[in-house]
Amino acid sequence: MLKVRLIPCLDVKGGRVVKGVRFVDLRDAGDPAEQARLYDAAGADELCFLDIAASHEARDILLDAVSRTAEQCFMPLTVGGGVRTLEDIRRLLLAGADKVSINTEAVRRPEFVSEAAEKFGSQCITIAIDARRTPEGFGVYTHGGHNAAGIDAIAWAQRMAALGAGEILLTSMDRDGTKLGFDLDLTRAVVDTVPIPVIASGGVGTLDHLVDGVRQGHAQAVLAASIFHFGEHTIAEAKNHMKAAGVAIREPPAP
Amino acid sequence: MPQVAIIDYGSGNLRSAAKAFERALDGKGEVAVTAEAAALAHASHIVLPGVGAFADCLRGVTALPGMVDALRRQALEGGKPFLGICVGMQLLADRGLEHGDHAGLGWIGGEVRRLEPRDPTLKVPHMGWNEVATAAPHPLFEGLSNAHFYFVHSYHFVPKAAAARLAVTDYGGGIAAAVGRDNLVGTQFHPEKSQSAGLRLLANFLRWRP
Repeated sequence: MLKVRLIPCLDVKGGRVVKGVRFVDLRDAGDPAEQARLYDAAGADELCFLDIAASHEARDILLDAVSRTAEQCFMPLTVGGGVRTLEDIRRLLLAGADKVSINTEAVRRPEFVSEAAEKFGSQCITIAIDARRTPEGFGVYTHGGHNAAGIDAIAWAQRMAALGAGEILLTSMDRDGTKLGFDLDLTRAVVDTVPIPVIASGGVGTLDHLVDGVRQGHAQAVLAASIFHFGEHTIAEAKNHMKAAGVAIREPPAP
Repeated sequence: MPQVAIIDYGSGNLRSAAKAFERALDGKGEVAVTAEAAALAHASHIVLPGVGAFADCLRGVTALPGMVDALRRQALEGGKPFLGICVGMQLLADRGLEHGDHAGLGWIGGEVRRLEPRDPTLKVPHMGWNEVATAAPHPLFEGLSNAHFYFVHSYHFVPKAAAARLAVTDYGGGIAAAVGRDNLVGTQFHPEKSQSAGLRLLANFLRWRP
């Protein structure tokens, strides 16, 4: 049976980790590749790099980190942030990313999603949707949650799937950074209407939140950042907790 | 010492496959990523990776001068251990039904069809780590009983002969996780993305004497 994926996410800025694990045995805690290596050894199911500045100047540093990660990590790596052209995707995939996540550019030009899926295959196209509650339901936001796109998030997710997205990375901007748990209504509403896998994101503060995202949110994967970053929890603790709660999860490697 | 040839026909990420083989070899052999048909004559093991669509991948392989003939000579007739990964495995079928009806290499009888899991809550693509059970003991899976491997695919190989289905995974019904016969094997999952289980499988492939 297919297992739920637990995906740690590293925020990267200027090619350096800005929010990441405070592992004691890191030679260089700011190096995404170093952190990736430890998550790989810990049995993370996938890893996500989010380039939060996505500046042109720092792009080569990010590509270098992706290629160094791919050299020593044998797990899937998704890279997002600033993906605007087919050439951006090509460079990330050649560097060793397995998937790219696209957000603002999909809103600006939805046909970019079908172009990307046709060229590289749906399996490597993740659509990141940042959503907030609105009086009407859930709305799509861009630019890190600042700009309302004026689109219904559920309809948008369906459209993205129809255009060839391989999965959806769904972040509640209301919950992101709050540690109050996923927006389960949002998660369930999207998961139950799209035919492709959904990663729940935004708000994880406890291990129970991970369980809730799966059992109540119906998500195929759960993404968390801060609970792993400051040594609050390890991947193994999270997985063991989810397993004990009845979630089908791949066991962490024996210590 | 194994000399691994990974066929480069412009498909996706060959770097991870090459790096995973290098790790599995641990210095005791060499890996060459090559688009040259002639290079297969010097190889001891041949690997056909693949991500993307069936027809695109097939077009990529056939566009390399002499490559299909060389594969046939070295692997199908010559008996060198051959591993197809994901779409590289699907290309061994008689036909692929992704975006049309396309003839495959026809090395292992069967066809490649869209996943239609019986449980409607199961998503397509089948994406993530799934447990793999072998149909009968096979050297490729030595030490890997019911191990988890990473899958990402929307189409699956349905072999004609039950014996060609070397391993199965469950996704709303049993689907082929690995197919093979004689010196030919193929995995639907990505061993190069499957952490220690994947590296073990690659090491098994390198030790295999079919």
